[in-house]
Amino acid sequence: MELIEAIILAVLAASTPLLIAATGELVTERSGVLNLGVEGMMIVGAACGFAGAWLTGSILIGALFGIVAGALMSLVFALMALGLAVNQVATGLALTILGIGLSGLIGAGFVGERITPAVHLYIPGLTDIPLIGRVLFGEDGFVYFSIALIVGVWWFLYRTRAGLILRACGDNHVSAHALGYPVLRIRTFAVMFGGACAGLAGAYLPLAYTPFFIPGMTAGRGWIALALVVFASWRPGRLVVGAYLFGAVTILQLHAQGWGVGIPSQFMSALPYLATVIVLVLLSRARTGGSTAPAALGTVFVPDR
Amino acid sequence: MQLVLEKRAERSGTIALVSPLIAIGLTIVTMVILFAILGKNPLLALHAYFIAPLTDGYSLQEIAVKATPLVMIAIGLSLCYLANAWNIGAEGQFLIGAVAGSWIAVKTQGTDAGAWVLPAMLVLAAAAGALYALIPAICKVKFGASEILTSLMLVYVADLFLDYLVRGPWRDPHGFNFPTTAEFDPVATVPLLIEGGRLHLGSIIALLVVAAAAILLGRTIKGFEIRVVGAAPRAARFGGFNANQLIILTFAVSGALAGLAGIIEVAGPVGHLQPGISPGYGFTAIIVAFLGRLNPLGILIAGLFLALTFIGGEQAQIAMKIPLDVTKVFQGILLFYVLACDSLILYRFKLVFPNRQVASGTH
Repeated sequence: MELIEAIILAVLAASTPLLIAATGELVTERSGVLNLGVEGMMIVGAACGFAGAWLTGSILIGALFGIVAGALMSLVFALMALGLAVNQVATGLALTILGIGLSGLIGAGFVGERITPAVHLYIPGLTDIPLIGRVLFGEDGFVYFSIALIVGVWWFLYRTRAGLILRACGDNHVSAHALGYPVLRIRTFAVMFGGACAGLAGAYLPLAYTPFFIPGMTAGRGWIALALVVFASWRPGRLVVGAYLFGAVTILQLHAQGWGVGIPSQFMSALPYLATVIVLVLLSRARTGGSTAPAALGTVFVPDR
Repeated sequence: MQLVLEKRAERSGTIALVSPLIAIGLTIVTMVILFAILGKNPLLALHAYFIAPLTDGYSLQEIAVKATPLVMIAIGLSLCYLANAWNIGAEGQFLIGAVAGSWIAVKTQGTDAGAWVLPAMLVLAAAAGALYALIPAICKVKFGASEILTSLMLVYVADLFLDYLVRGPWRDPHGFNFPTTAEFDPVATVPLLIEGGRLHLGSIIALLVVAAAAILLGRTIKGFEIRVVGAAPRAARFGGFNANQLIILTFAVSGALAGLAGIIEVAGPVGHLQPGISPGYGFTAIIVAFLGRLNPLGILIAGLFLALTFIGGEQAQIAMKIPLDVTKVFQGILLFYVLACDSLILYRFKLVFPNRQVASGTH
């Protein structure tokens, strides 16, 4: 019983940064922009988030630092990929390379420091219910926020006019432009939303997952988040399933050692990355009836005014 | 006021040549600001980064040593990028090449094996790098899986595999518990070009790779095919060129070169297999490829320049306590400016001032 509860709690914690980052990228990609810089924005979010929390003693301010840092990084991307019509793949890579350097520079002074991590909710009575109590009513704020975020994004994309316009930009920017919608401005907002989410997802790691910052602590989670968007066929509902599945794989590899599975730890650590490759192959293979990706994804758009 | 892009009728040739220089200039200006923010004297810092390494023979050799893997990997990547195939996982192919070649070195350690050891290591490393690169290429061609994500995921897998080997089966029993293999035997080591120096045979191999790529791209049908498939996929289809086949080919060549670079690095400057054999060569090579305009000669120059930033970064750390991460920031910013300046080749920037009178007149 307690083991199951512990595993569920660990899976939720491991899935939350993936879910937040992937939700942001889903919105970005739905607007037709492929931002491969998620890893870079996350790692800068982690460094700035920790710096903010350490300097002010507030997890909330730390999270805000992460959000702002991610959004600023994405603004650089938007300037390049949208403003200057530079190849999105190359720009995203540049963002990640820059982010890894920047986070090392920002975080260097904070390595070895510790903070009090985000508190978990506690409602007397409800949180004490065996098995489901802590899972449902005993998480940190980030977990609840991540669920609210994906529900909000689902509602926005499918139930609002603005969401419809955003999806239209992603499917056919020429038509959206012809109808008079400011494609580049809409895409800039979508990119910045994605950046803010990636920054928050990165900040989650030192603020709630571990109470300290180490360089490179995102360890490819940004790239896995990108793969999750493909896994989800650009749909919010499937994204939740995917994020929790990947969180479970991550936890599986951590616990396997504890259970005395006789496999070298490095092989277990490679599991989430191998799972990503296998999932990408299986999904792409299953999709014989044409791609489900937004039709204009990754293409350059220069309005002819 | 609004910035507007206007498509040029044709690519601007002058700007194509000048734009990397503009990019480097802008990067240096940005770095001056960054140094000032860090509280370091910008002029001294720039001197440590870009001038000091050029002033003594040891540093010059070291630049060539660092440029060797960068140039080899970037040449391979440039073939991929020209064919519009996005190999991002050169770092993993580099590591797998290093592992595969080291296998022979480890197995023949202290066995009086002959001069065949090093050539066999080079061949095996190239083959392993090519095979490793073929995984994402085949996943792309057969199943349509994004080669960007799969090739990148395999970097982490290669890194963990190397880590397992040097901490487990290949660990040097006399290595004071450090995760490393024993030093390679002399027959398993890349020979030096200058007695007592740092420059090694790998640099000559890199130059040969540059020459081979220049001939391939400039003088052969295959090179023409690669460029057409990348630049005009539709025209290439009408021309009967097979894009999928080129993805497989360019990934394999690119992986082979990265693998070769991996074993040359391990059997040359490093001398044994251990974690951290690459300060991100596979990723920096992406910058080298773009800065060099995906052109073999350009890549050679760009590789030397980025090698200079590595050596300069080390010198700036020692002399001025400037954090090593500044080098990575520098490289990231440089790639941004290179890409931004590339935009000038295809587009003209125009500032548009909204004319209020005209606007009010139409309503």
